[in-house]
Amino acid sequence: MILTFIEHDRGAMNPVCLETLTSGRKLSASLGVSLQAVLIGSKSLGLRDALQRYGVSQIHMVEHPALEEYAPEAWAKSIAQLMGSVRPHVVLAAATEKGNEILARVGALASLPLAANCVEVNAGSAFQVQRYRWGSSLLEEAQVHGDPKLVTIAPHLIDPQEAETRAEASLASFSPTLERKDLRVCVSAREETASEGVNLKTASVVVGGGRGVGSAEGFQLLEELASLLGGAVGGSRVVTNNGWRPHSDQIGLTGNRIAPQLYIACGISGAIQHLVGCKGAKHVMVINKDREAPFFRRADYGVVGDLHEILPALIEAIRKRKTQAGASA
Amino acid sequence: MNILVCIKRVPDVGARLEVMSGERAIETRNLGFTISPHEECAVEEAVLLVEKHGGSGTVLTLGPGDAEEQLRDSMARGMDRAILLETDGEDWDPVQTASAIVEVIRMQEIQGFRFDLILFGNESADAGNYQVGIRVAHTLDLPCVAGIKRIEIREGKVIARRENATGWEVYQVELPAVVTVKEGLNLPRHPSLRGTMTARKKPLERFRPNRGQAALEMVRLRLPAEQGSAAEMLGEGKQAVSRIIEVMEELEVLEK
Repeated sequence: MILTFIEHDRGAMNPVCLETLTSGRKLSASLGVSLQAVLIGSKSLGLRDALQRYGVSQIHMVEHPALEEYAPEAWAKSIAQLMGSVRPHVVLAAATEKGNEILARVGALASLPLAANCVEVNAGSAFQVQRYRWGSSLLEEAQVHGDPKLVTIAPHLIDPQEAETRAEASLASFSPTLERKDLRVCVSAREETASEGVNLKTASVVVGGGRGVGSAEGFQLLEELASLLGGAVGGSRVVTNNGWRPHSDQIGLTGNRIAPQLYIACGISGAIQHLVGCKGAKHVMVINKDREAPFFRRADYGVVGDLHEILPALIEAIRKRKTQAGASA
Repeated sequence: MNILVCIKRVPDVGARLEVMSGERAIETRNLGFTISPHEECAVEEAVLLVEKHGGSGTVLTLGPGDAEEQLRDSMARGMDRAILLETDGEDWDPVQTASAIVEVIRMQEIQGFRFDLILFGNESADAGNYQVGIRVAHTLDLPCVAGIKRIEIREGKVIARRENATGWEVYQVELPAVVTVKEGLNLPRHPSLRGTMTARKKPLERFRPNRGQAALEMVRLRLPAEQGSAAEMLGEGKQAVSRIIEVMEELEVLEK
């Protein structure tokens, strides 16, 4: 049986879990076992229908008054106890911050390895995985020892796909045995930040700057271009490490992963650290004065030249078009 | 308060990786090495906390003898002492790494050196296993908060904030505790010349830990299939602007 941990925040599922369920269903078919899911906290009961549509045949509902908030030690302990009673072959989660955290904790509790950020699972006689290293720039084939196998699946490898046949998922309630100590790590408060401007992660256009921008002031040009295109501004790690932009604007392995329709990268050489962050962009346009910049080999469009000349000309041309369009309308 | 920071030495990779023959490591002959980014912030945070609350900062790594470079670098940034768990240079799996770290922490405790706060990076830049800190905390029976970008110490507690899609989650745990952190926690300083000079004289202890059985056993490394091809060049300098605009229209990010 494959047991999938469904990550949710007070009842709202992380949509990446649907991809994990899709991968889990394929794996369960190849192994000839059932696909089951574990939900923690009664607020998540509303997810039952979605899980059914994705081919989950049984849902294990972990209920305990202290589990309504995210309490990772207690959540993991509950899963470890459930594992002892339902004996899965594989425990899957999405390789999100929390998916990785929870399965790492389950691994620590059950003395099992965790294979994080996997791309492929080969459940032959030797259980092997292919997992990402360096964000997604290197693949490691690894053998996972011990049972059950704990695996998190890298996000955005496949599109979620509902099961062809639909069946009612049975619901089993599970009451974990928790001590006070298991609840010592728990979200005790939340601070919502008011979102201002366009969000880097969801923007349809992103204008990114690197070392070539030269200074914090240099980003004014990128801001102008982004605002004309209704986009957001980001930067490489050099930029955030120099304090030219806040870390929250970083695109890269240790910053944001973006997925715009168009990413315009200005003065960025194209190191792995950065490429990992913009892999999800549909189209990439690189502006760099160094025609040997490696980023040109990973881009759809390239412009050789100084961004400090090109961007003002581009901004002016776009402005002119807008006023003309305004006048003729 | 006494703080331990566990760091990893990683190659400072540029635009592409190369796998060495034998398929067990990447080619690093022409690369520099650095502290993995999340841990660079962990070192900075420890130095800031010791400046504020007193105590001492110890930095630890498990790696080849050359990892002394990253330990000295950390001491140049203000850490007081270092521990090197020297390996044969191969990458140890997370279970092996965690158990070697646990062993040395226990040994330090026996010698009267107790840590109030132990910091890890949330995941290393290279292996990205997301678990060493969590495993160490579990074995030592310490609370562990993961993925943290803000740390405050107040009345024997650590107040830690983790960023999520809509804001911040706040956790409060009693010290001693383990916290795994992410870049963005602070803006790490560059080591000063004076710092670099004094770092040479700061104490560094070396141990040769026993390597346990691999639980996540690397079989081989390989590069993913190359993506994309050469870019379509739109021109040079300002002359390219009209083509850029055409492309923007085609991609429908600019109205025609």
